[in-house]
Amino acid sequence: MNHTASTPRPAAAPALGHTLLKLIPYAAILAVALVLPFIANDYWVLIATRAAIYWVLVSALNLVVGFAGQLAIGWVALLTLGAYTTSVLTAGTVLPPMPLLVAFAAAAVVGALAGLLVGLPALRLRTFYFAMTTLGFATITTQIALAWQDVTGGGIGIPGPWLPSPFDNALGFYLLCLGLAAVLTWMTANVARSRFGRGLVAIRDAEVAAEVSGISKPALLVAVFLFSGAAAGVAGGLFATLQSYISPEAFTFDLSVLFFIAILIGGRGSILGPLIATIVLTWLPEFAAPLVVWSTFLYALLLLVIVLAVPGGIAAMLDFGSRRPLARDRAVVPREELLGALFTERPASSAIVLKDVVLSFGAVRAIDGLDLTIDPGEVHGLIGPNGSGKTTTLNVICGFYKPDTGTVRVGDDVLKPGEPQHRAEVGIARTFQTPRLIGESTVLENVMVGGDTSGRATFAEALLNLPRNHADEVMLRERADLALRIVGLEALAGVRADRLQHSELRFMEIARALMLQPRFLLLDEPAAGLSGDEIARLGSLIESVSRHGVGVLLVEHHADLIFKICHHVTVLDLGRVLADGTPDEVRTHEDVVSAYLGG
Amino acid sequence: MLPAILASGLAMGSIYAMMGVVYNVMFSASRVMSFTTGQLGMLGGVLGAAFVGILGLPAIVGLVLTLACCALVGIVTEVVAVRPVLDKLDQHLYVLSTLALALMIQQFVAIEWSTEPQPFPQLIGFGGGGPTDEKFWLPVLACAVTVVGLELLFRHTLVGRAFLAISEDNYAARALGLPERRLRMASYALAGMIGGLAGFASGQLLLAFFANGPYLNFYGFVPVALGGLGNNRGAIISGLLLGLVQQAAHFTFGGVFTSVAVFAVFIVALLAAPQGLFGQPKQRRV
Repeated sequence: MNHTASTPRPAAAPALGHTLLKLIPYAAILAVALVLPFIANDYWVLIATRAAIYWVLVSALNLVVGFAGQLAIGWVALLTLGAYTTSVLTAGTVLPPMPLLVAFAAAAVVGALAGLLVGLPALRLRTFYFAMTTLGFATITTQIALAWQDVTGGGIGIPGPWLPSPFDNALGFYLLCLGLAAVLTWMTANVARSRFGRGLVAIRDAEVAAEVSGISKPALLVAVFLFSGAAAGVAGGLFATLQSYISPEAFTFDLSVLFFIAILIGGRGSILGPLIATIVLTWLPEFAAPLVVWSTFLYALLLLVIVLAVPGGIAAMLDFGSRRPLARDRAVVPREELLGALFTERPASSAIVLKDVVLSFGAVRAIDGLDLTIDPGEVHGLIGPNGSGKTTTLNVICGFYKPDTGTVRVGDDVLKPGEPQHRAEVGIARTFQTPRLIGESTVLENVMVGGDTSGRATFAEALLNLPRNHADEVMLRERADLALRIVGLEALAGVRADRLQHSELRFMEIARALMLQPRFLLLDEPAAGLSGDEIARLGSLIESVSRHGVGVLLVEHHADLIFKICHHVTVLDLGRVLADGTPDEVRTHEDVVSAYLGG
Repeated sequence: MLPAILASGLAMGSIYAMMGVVYNVMFSASRVMSFTTGQLGMLGGVLGAAFVGILGLPAIVGLVLTLACCALVGIVTEVVAVRPVLDKLDQHLYVLSTLALALMIQQFVAIEWSTEPQPFPQLIGFGGGGPTDEKFWLPVLACAVTVVGLELLFRHTLVGRAFLAISEDNYAARALGLPERRLRMASYALAGMIGGLAGFASGQLLLAFFANGPYLNFYGFVPVALGGLGNNRGAIISGLLLGLVQQAAHFTFGGVFTSVAVFAVFIVALLAAPQGLFGQPKQRRV
């Protein structure tokens, strides 16, 4: 092995030209927006102001809907709350009149809290259920606004806040809204590019993989609900200023539909797409007067067409890179000599010990009193017929299943059952029988998700792209780069994961697991669907990983691979240990031969 | 006050229960929750008002026409918004496609009918606004007809058993040679008719109003969520209870607090028992 191959090359810095290229559309939109007041009349400025205010809300809601995939269809409720909060506080009908900044800050706080309140059910409720709760919240907010006449003026309404000079004229107010919209775009783009953005998409598309990577869904969702609630509250204040007079009628469900649909038409996981969609949808009804009445109908029709025909939305249409064909005859050639750069220190030498684990599903005892020890630095094979409890064992170790009795320990620590998101901290990484990929993200991003627990920056730091966030990104990127070179996928780093072949996805999952610099690596049928050559390379990669002190648990049906690379083999049958020992002992074990290997 | 609470509580409860059944019938056939559910109820009221009130047709003719139209809307839902996304159930695209279709229906009605609530004609002639007013007992009657009708259909006809087979295990039913697609369309037509019936029977109570859809969507979903997906008995019991509790609160505390209370109860109950009070086992994730 020559020296240059064993030292990792410095991670390729993202090409500056590429980044600039991505900024061009945003710069163009901003330039048009800045020129607009000087070439168009006040009416156009008014529409552009409205689009900017909507974007303040939509850009942040995009993190909830587009990135995290939560179907929040009633977000107009937060706009309503923000509008009434600023209007009531500046008017001084309830409390003494407050300065404008305080009123807007209060709107942001109210919005954030309401966002949290609406969002929290998402932690337990899925899709349609969650959509319904947000719809219910929107309905109720309107009803309260109508009924609480002392404060909201009921159906008659109240005047919106007045901004001081220089924002008291159409141009000044427009520039203020535009500025805020630009800031929000920058902030959400920061989040999108950070580990938080990747985590959100992971929760959306591969929740189980996110949990195994140690991503905390509650913490992440709470952060985005607070943030997008606050943004919606501020947008509400601006909206009330623009309207100059607000009543519950101003906050129709149609508005909610516009916000929600703009994101989906724009494309999930994109920022440019929803930005374009917001502008187009705001502008569309002005295009021709008869369309005003039909605008919501058209939005809905557009949504239907997008869902049925172009699920990726505008962003997918603009994604020219993903239409370029990939090389046909690509081979995955791992370079295990680079593992030394990843495992810079040898993992602590304690074993995973399962003691007397029992797990029943109804009357079926999937695991029936299992003892298992996975030693560091060894490859431990777990084989057995289908239904013998191999994957179930993995799921018990990973915390997806709570055993009825028995414990799982690492060293002296008992691993808490039912908490898969805390396994990464202990250094347990795994892959899945069916690869859990985040299809719309690149291979590099998929792999970076695996290193989430190494990130130090908070969500707030990511919003503002402060130094710690930047350092996290550089570190994760370098490590992902290294992990991809180890498994031999570096050439595909920038490709969307759903364009990969099955065998490549298997290696991508291993790269994602390696991101954790794990003490234990649990592989669930990694060789399934691989060619003979690929299995051989996989085997030697697994052996190398174990030589760096990692304890590997290998669930496999390929007996050749098992007996070639394992130090220790356990055979399961009907949830019990049928045989246990070195490959040679197991291979000649009478029961194993008759029950499983045949011959 | 008690008779008034009982009358309007049972009436509203019957409507919620029927909307819950509409959700369930669609869900059983396709594993899809559809946003068009509330729109079917809305259409029942609007079409009934159009046929009977404006065109002056006899009530029974108006009812038949309304049910036919709503059945058609059900079938259109299946063809346009459900079938194309059925093979991607795990991506939950149906939430979006049915939402889109529901919005289109609602907007179409708003533009072509009216954005103001329109009166619904008296059908039989029991008026007066007291507890014996037909507007209170027609929904209850419709609900009873639905319950008995579904019971007869599922227990005593071959088609009904085929429905049950499909909702029990889609793949097994198909393997047995059941015409899964036709049965699914029939389910959607049936759901449309139940929704239309609910809307028609409650026309005098809720009026012919284009915006009733989201309201019925939400209040019809509460019994489903509480009773457990696909559980008709649970939906009907929960629906009736919801109506009674809501109306009792309405008469005692006033309207807004009622909505807030219902919403709060809904959220708390869902968080405490996400699978509904009647429960269903959790699915394997890994």
